[in-house]
Amino acid sequence: MNAMGLLNYWFVIVLMMIGFYVLIAQGNLVKKIVGLNIFQTSVFVFYISMGKITGATAPILDSDWSVYSNPLPHVLILTAIVVGVATTALGLSLTVRIHEAYGSVEEDEINEMDE
Amino acid sequence: MLVITALIVVRLENLFTVAMVTGIYSLLSAVFFTLLDAVDVAFTEAAVGAGISTVLMLGTLSLVGHQQKKRKTVQWFPLTIVTITGLLLMYGTLDIPPFGEGGNPIHGHATTVHYLEESSHETGMPNVVTSVLASYRGYDTMGETTVIFTAMVGVLLLMSGRKRKPSKDVEGDPSGR
Repeated sequence: MNAMGLLNYWFVIVLMMIGFYVLIAQGNLVKKIVGLNIFQTSVFVFYISMGKITGATAPILDSDWSVYSNPLPHVLILTAIVVGVATTALGLSLTVRIHEAYGSVEEDEINEMDE
Repeated sequence: MLVITALIVVRLENLFTVAMVTGIYSLLSAVFFTLLDAVDVAFTEAAVGAGISTVLMLGTLSLVGHQQKKRKTVQWFPLTIVTITGLLLMYGTLDIPPFGEGGNPIHGHATTVHYLEESSHETGMPNVVTSVLASYRGYDTMGETTVIFTAMVGVLLLMSGRKRKPSKDVEGDPSGR
C-alpha cells in the first residue's frame, strides 16, 4: 500500500473535516455557510482527483494526444458547483431574514431569544 | 495551500476578511482543478465560486454586519467528533485505488470509453465535457436549471418579504385608525 497514492485523498479529508468543524463549532451563521462551501469544495476535489490519469491531458479531443482524463466526473462537478452556488444564495438570504427577525446572526443569541 | 487557506478561514473573526479569503480559496482550488486536467471545472469555479459567491457573501455582510462574536478559541467536543470522523474516512480511503493510475476501474468503464471514443463523431464536438453535458446528459442539465430556478424563486420570496415588512407597518398604522 503506497501512501503517495492516497495522499491526495487525505488532503481532501482534512479539508472536509475543516469545513465540518466550522459547521458544528462556529456559532455565526455566515461563517457556517463558508464552512459548508469548504466542505463542498473538498468533495469536488475528490471527484476530480478520481478522474485524473498521470500524464494524460484535459478531455478535449486532439490528434496529438491519446490519453485523456475521465470527463464524466468533470461534468458531474460542473453541475454540482452551480447547484452549490444556488444553495449558498438561498442560505445567505435566509441569514438576512434571520437577522431581520432577531437582530443577530449568532446561534446562541438566537437560542436565548427563543426561550 | 488549500488546507492553509481553509485554516485561516477558521481562525479569522472579521467576516469581511473571511469573505475575501474564501475568494482566494476558490481561486486556489480552480488552479488545482487545472492541474488535474479539469479545465471546464476550473473556469466554472473561478467565475462562479470566486466571483458570484464572494459578491453574494459581501452583499449579505453589508446587511448583517461583519464582526463575529468572540468565543472560545478551540472547542474540544466538536474537534473530537471531527477527528474521529476524519480518521474513519481515512481508513475508508485504504480501499480506494491509487491516485492517477490509468488502470483504475473508473477509466475502464464502458460509459467513459464510449464518451471518449464516439463523442467526436456522434456530437461533432472536440470538447468531451461539453458534449456530455449538453448532449448525453442534457436532462441532467435541465434538472440543474430547475434547481437554480427553485433557488432563485426562494431567494426572491425571502427578500421580497423583507422589503414589504417595514412598508406594511407604515401602511398598517393609518388603516388601523
